[in-house]
Amino acid sequence: MAGSPVQVTGTVLTTRRVEAYHALTVVAPAVADRFRPGHFVTVAVGGPYSSMLTRRAFAIHDVKPDYGGTVEFVFSVRGPGTAWLADRRARDTLDLVGPLGRPFPLPRDPCTCVLVGGEYGSASLFVLADVLQRRGCRVDFVLGASSADRVFGALRARRMGETTTLTTEDGSLGMRGEVTDVLAGVIADARADVVYACGPMAMLRGVTAVCVEFGIPVQVSVEQAMACGVGICMTCVVPVIAEDGVTRMVRACTDGPVFLGERVRFDDVGTIPFDALGAPGGRHG
Amino acid sequence: MPVDLRSYLGHVELPNPVFTASGCGGTGRELAQFFDVTRIGAFVTRSITMAPRAGRPTPRMAETPSGMLSAVGLQGPGVEVFAERELPWLAERGARTIVSIGGGSVAEYTALARRLAGAPGVTAVEVNLSCPNVEDRGRVFARDGSAAAEVVASVRAATRYDVPVIAKLAPDVADVVSLARLCVDGGADALSMINAPLGMSVDVDTMRPSLAAGTGGLSGPAIRPLAVRCVWQVHAALPGVPIVGMGGVMTGRDALEMVLAGACAVAVGTALFHDPYACQRILRELEELLQARGFDRLADAVGLAHRPAGAGPRNRIDLEESSL
Repeated sequence: MAGSPVQVTGTVLTTRRVEAYHALTVVAPAVADRFRPGHFVTVAVGGPYSSMLTRRAFAIHDVKPDYGGTVEFVFSVRGPGTAWLADRRARDTLDLVGPLGRPFPLPRDPCTCVLVGGEYGSASLFVLADVLQRRGCRVDFVLGASSADRVFGALRARRMGETTTLTTEDGSLGMRGEVTDVLAGVIADARADVVYACGPMAMLRGVTAVCVEFGIPVQVSVEQAMACGVGICMTCVVPVIAEDGVTRMVRACTDGPVFLGERVRFDDVGTIPFDALGAPGGRHG
Repeated sequence: MPVDLRSYLGHVELPNPVFTASGCGGTGRELAQFFDVTRIGAFVTRSITMAPRAGRPTPRMAETPSGMLSAVGLQGPGVEVFAERELPWLAERGARTIVSIGGGSVAEYTALARRLAGAPGVTAVEVNLSCPNVEDRGRVFARDGSAAAEVVASVRAATRYDVPVIAKLAPDVADVVSLARLCVDGGADALSMINAPLGMSVDVDTMRPSLAAGTGGLSGPAIRPLAVRCVWQVHAALPGVPIVGMGGVMTGRDALEMVLAGACAVAVGTALFHDPYACQRILRELEELLQARGFDRLADAVGLAHRPAGAGPRNRIDLEESSL
C-alpha cells in the first residue's frame, strides 16, 4: 500500500512546452515510489522568501524510474505563481509535497474504460490508461478543449487508445463541440463499463450526466482551489453525497480529488446546499 | 546546553512553546502524516461548535501579498462527534490538546464548556471570541468588551478548575488592551492573540469579491506587525498574564519576535499550509536562536524587548525572578 505523503526538495530535471502548457519533470524518488494514478502534488512557489503562501496543486502526469524516480506535472500559466514555475530551469530546486489525494479506483477484472479529459486535465489519464491496459482493460479516449493547442496529449492518446475522439469548441481539431457531445456515441460503440474523467467542473458535470443515462459508473477527478493540499485549510470543499445519503462538504484534497460522479452535487458547487449536514438553518445531525 | 523550553499556561506546564493555531491543524490526523503531534507544545483544535456546521460556500480562500484571506465559516462536525472521535484520538497519542470553542450566544459557549468538562484529554479551553453574537445583531463578541467578558466568565465557571481558559482576541477592535483586561477580569487564565482581522479582495477579472463570503480573515506574515503590536501592548499592561502569540509566524525568528514582545508561547497557523513541517522547524530554529543568544530558559526571553533602552538583558531577568 502506498505510504503517506512526504515533503521533498526536488531538482528540476527537464522543462518543456507542450502546446499551450508547461510541463516540469522533478527528481523526487520518495514521491514517485508512492505514486498511484490520480494522485497530485503541491508545489511551493516564489522561492524561500516568497510572498505567495499557498501551495499550487497539480495532478501527476507521469512518473519515471530515472535518477531514482521522477514526477512530471503539467500546468498553464494563470497568475504570478504559475508564471514563476514556468520560469524554472533544469537544476533549479522545487519544494514538493506528495503524493496527495485519493487515487483512481481500479476495476478488479478486465473491462472497457472510456477516459475523458478536458484541457490539461487529460494529463493524469495516461498513467491511468497504462495501469488499466496492464490489467487487460480496453481503453478509449475522449479529449477536448477550447482550441487545438489546448488539447493535451492527443498524440499519446491516439497511440494508447483503442479509439480516440477529439473535440474542440472552435473546430480546430477533431469534432467541433464539447466532449459531452460525443461521449454518448463513444460509450455506446465501445460498450463501456466505466468512465474516468478529469477536467473543468462544468465538463465533469456533463460527463456525469451522460454516464448516469447509460447507468455506468464514472470516476471524476475534481479541480478546486486549495491552499494546503493536505486537508487542514478546509478551503477546497465540494458538496458530496455520502454512503448514508447525507450531503457533506468534503475536502477535494483528502476525500478526493477522485469521487464517484453521481455523488458530487455539481449543480450546488459554490454553494452550501440547504440539506447539507450543518447547513445554516438546516439539518443538524 | 539545551535550552529549557518549558512554557506555562497558568499552572499547566507544556514541554515547549510551539502550538498549532486554531483552524490550521485540521483534526491532528492530517498533520500526523508529517510529524508527531505530541512533540509540539500543544495541538489547538479548530473552533468546535455545538451543532455540525457546513461552513461557507466556496471560494473560501484568496491569496494576498504575504498572506491569505479565508472564510471557512467554522466548518466542523459539532461537539458530540468531536468529543467521540477527534479528541480521543489526540488523547490516546498523548497530545496536549487545547480545544477552541465558538458559539453564537453566551449559553452556547457555556454548553460547550460544560460538554468538554467531562471529556478526558482537554489541556486547556480557548474561547474564540471572533464569532458573531446572534443575540446582538451579529456583532462579534470581541468587539464588545462586556459580552466578551461575560462569555469568558461563564466558560470559566463551567470548566474544571485545573483546566485553564484562554481568551482569543481579535486585533480589529477599538482597544485591545481594555478588551484583554475585561477578559482577564472575567476569569481568563491566559490570552491568545491575534485572531485573523477581517480583510477583503476583489477579483478584477470577474469583477466580484474573491471570496464567496465577501470578507474573510487575513492571515500570514502580512499581519505579523499587527500581532506583535497587540502582544506588546497587552504584555505591557498585564505583564503577569500568559500570552500565546500568533499571526504570521513562519520561522524561528518570527517566533522569537513574539516571545520578546511578551508571548510565552507561539502558535503557527498559515505557515502550516505552506510547510506541513512548520511547527517542528520553528521549534528547532527558536531553540537555536535562544542558544545563540545565551539563554538557558525560554522564560528569560519572554517580554525582554520591554526592558529600557540600554539596559542589558540581565536586569530584566532579575526583576522577573524577584517578582515571581
